[in-house]
Amino acid sequence: MAIVKMQKLSICANKKNRKAILETLQNLGIMEVFTEGIEDEDLKVTDTLSARTKYEKRAESYDRVLKLLSIYAPDKKKGGLFAGRDEISRADVDRIVQNRRMYNQDTVQIIRDEKEITECQGQIVKDRNQIESLVPWQKLGVPMNTEGTKSTAVFIGTLPEDATDASLYAAASKELPEPVCVSAEVLSSGNEQTCVSVVCLKRDAAKVEENLRAIGFARPAQVVEDVPSAVTISLEQDIEAQEKRIDELKADICSYAGKRGDYRIAADYYRTRAEKYKLLGTIPQSKSSFFLEGWVPADKAERVEKLLTENYGALVEKEEVRENEVEPTILHNNRFSQAAEGVLASYGLPQHGRVDPTFIMSIFYVIFFGMMLSDAGYGIIMFVGCAILLKKFPKMAEGTKKMMQLFFWCGLSTTFWGIMYGGFFGDAIEVVAKTFFGHTGGKILKPLWFEPLTDPMRLLIWCMLFGVIHLYVGLGIKGYQSLKDGDVVAFVCDILAWYAFLTGLILMLVPSSLFASISGMEIQFPAFVGILAKGLTIAGLAIILVMSGRDRKNWAIRIAVGAYDIYGVTGWLSDVLSYSRLLALGLATGVIGSVINMMGSMFGGGVIGAILFVVIFALGHTLNIGINALGAYVHTNRLQYVEFFGKFYEAGGKPFIPFQNANKYVEVKEER
Amino acid sequence: MSLGMVFAILGAALSTALAGFGSAWGVGIAGQAAAGVVSEDPDQFAKVLLLQLLPGTQGIYGLLVTFITLSNIGILGGEPITDVNKGLMYLFACLPIAIVGLVSAYHQGRTSVACIGLVAKKPDQFGKAMLFPAMVETYAILSLLVSILAVTNIK
Repeated sequence: MAIVKMQKLSICANKKNRKAILETLQNLGIMEVFTEGIEDEDLKVTDTLSARTKYEKRAESYDRVLKLLSIYAPDKKKGGLFAGRDEISRADVDRIVQNRRMYNQDTVQIIRDEKEITECQGQIVKDRNQIESLVPWQKLGVPMNTEGTKSTAVFIGTLPEDATDASLYAAASKELPEPVCVSAEVLSSGNEQTCVSVVCLKRDAAKVEENLRAIGFARPAQVVEDVPSAVTISLEQDIEAQEKRIDELKADICSYAGKRGDYRIAADYYRTRAEKYKLLGTIPQSKSSFFLEGWVPADKAERVEKLLTENYGALVEKEEVRENEVEPTILHNNRFSQAAEGVLASYGLPQHGRVDPTFIMSIFYVIFFGMMLSDAGYGIIMFVGCAILLKKFPKMAEGTKKMMQLFFWCGLSTTFWGIMYGGFFGDAIEVVAKTFFGHTGGKILKPLWFEPLTDPMRLLIWCMLFGVIHLYVGLGIKGYQSLKDGDVVAFVCDILAWYAFLTGLILMLVPSSLFASISGMEIQFPAFVGILAKGLTIAGLAIILVMSGRDRKNWAIRIAVGAYDIYGVTGWLSDVLSYSRLLALGLATGVIGSVINMMGSMFGGGVIGAILFVVIFALGHTLNIGINALGAYVHTNRLQYVEFFGKFYEAGGKPFIPFQNANKYVEVKEER
Repeated sequence: MSLGMVFAILGAALSTALAGFGSAWGVGIAGQAAAGVVSEDPDQFAKVLLLQLLPGTQGIYGLLVTFITLSNIGILGGEPITDVNKGLMYLFACLPIAIVGLVSAYHQGRTSVACIGLVAKKPDQFGKAMLFPAMVETYAILSLLVSILAVTNIK
């Protein structure tokens, strides 16, 4: 439960070693490097943008190649979400780096293949569209742009309305001199256009055209200079050829699938290099030396110093923290609590000099989660599932791993509360015993504590008690903080006074008839407790009223601020009431579980009943565990973030982002 | 069947119907937003799915109150109630989760939509994004609690 102490280092070294030093730091990955703040007119930065862009592009093209490979030749032994990064040795990397030109050639080839595939696919679409547009013209035996022969004129085109051969003939040959020499044919009709061809003698051409225009004849917008059916056949052949080409290209891409692992390494190599050049572009340099600053965990400062001084003759100095500088925060907790670091980080990290609440939060987190899910069956599924995943994928990403560990502990706690409340997949044991084994006696699985549904008021009181403890601990941390800062006045006025005030109020509330009627418990304290309660309340009240606004000079304002702070007791009331969700969500899991079991048992005993029961049981409880685990997760977070953190916690820490290898696929294992 | 039973069943039906109505509405609008995000960035699927599901709990709370009511009034075994007053009591006891379930699920859905937008822009802020819809749910939980306490304590 602590924030790791950081040490600021400044490094000055010979310019010729800068790449080697950066590589060393990058491989160590324990230093957050920054170069702002070092300013001098003699120092210049080198422009590395072009090199950096080049490497970023390379990394991108490897990423693209890997994506293509995963589409065309899916990796069969992939581990899915939890697999994490592959572990490789330094020798592997060296081998790839030596042959990088060959691999770069590969990416060029693969990306070219992909481009050609896209082109082929485009061509196929184009061909298909053309075939589609030629369908109405299939009956035409001459090229579509035929205008006539030596002595005939041909009109090929469309009409807006339906026509038959006869009606077309009649319309075309209207008012023609005898003998009428016109041949009219309807090629196809439908879709608001009729395709026709009309042949006539050249001498009649003008008149026939006029006749045709009168009924809306138009020449087609696009013509093929060949017989339509022949064109269709050649287009179909082209599609076939393109498809064959696509298959060839895909096969070519797949032939690279064996080198997938190497591409991963190369992608990370270039990404890391791009990262290095990004930093290099900000490093201030003089003619022959360069300067760097950075944060390292204090216990590793020596090692960095020694490494750089001995190997590269660099000058490494430990520096004091300057004003306005925020040290980056790394959390360090025991094995149990570090699982909850992610929960804290997603609210915001603590600043240096402040308390890291992870340890205390993790305890409450696990307890509250268990109370909300509160079913032994679900708990067992959760912790066994998480344990298997953790065992099977030891290399999973750090964040996922912590999440799994957290849910492992939450699963254990859920099991515990399930046993306390007597919930095992709802009331599955009772239902199965009754439906299939004719059990008629009392409860088989007796709750260790009590069943919430039989006495919700009692559990509500307990939930609020847990709430009060949680909030008191939060206030206590704030008190610890002010003592650590040496502010005793604040400790007495802002912390002790509130403890006294609230405890007094609670002690007065508990023996009252109001409390008795709600909880059904008559609690009588000895007389002195009553006096003590009144005393505590009044003392607390007085201190808050007078001291809360102690930084104000004007007494009227000071008292007003104090009075306003006392009004804050309503906030405490709503905070405590908020813990009623522990009860509500706990009940929800149990009751929905029972509903599922009841639906399952509706078909009675026997084989069919048993089969249907199993199906409904499996589906229903899967759904229930999913939705209630989500609810428990969200609301546990809420209790921590809003109620608990609201009492003391200020985030504002800066996460520690070390300068390290930008690895996406692989993890280099260093030999030492 | 007595008039009291009619009222009690009306209450039981309302709590599932209205709270479920609200949840369907909320999950529906959140789902539309989620689908939009996934169309741009399929990697966000799991996160936006969780955010979409958040307004779904009111429907379950409604179901829960219905179930407790049905078993207390003698529909699911036990002695059926006959008293009209008692039936009305059950009806009113069901109203908090019915009404607040409806309204809060709708608004939680809208908050989820906004938070899905947040996750689309800043996927690392998921923890905070999940908290805003959970704030709305508080009131559904409080009304659930009142409904449960009322239903279980009607003698």
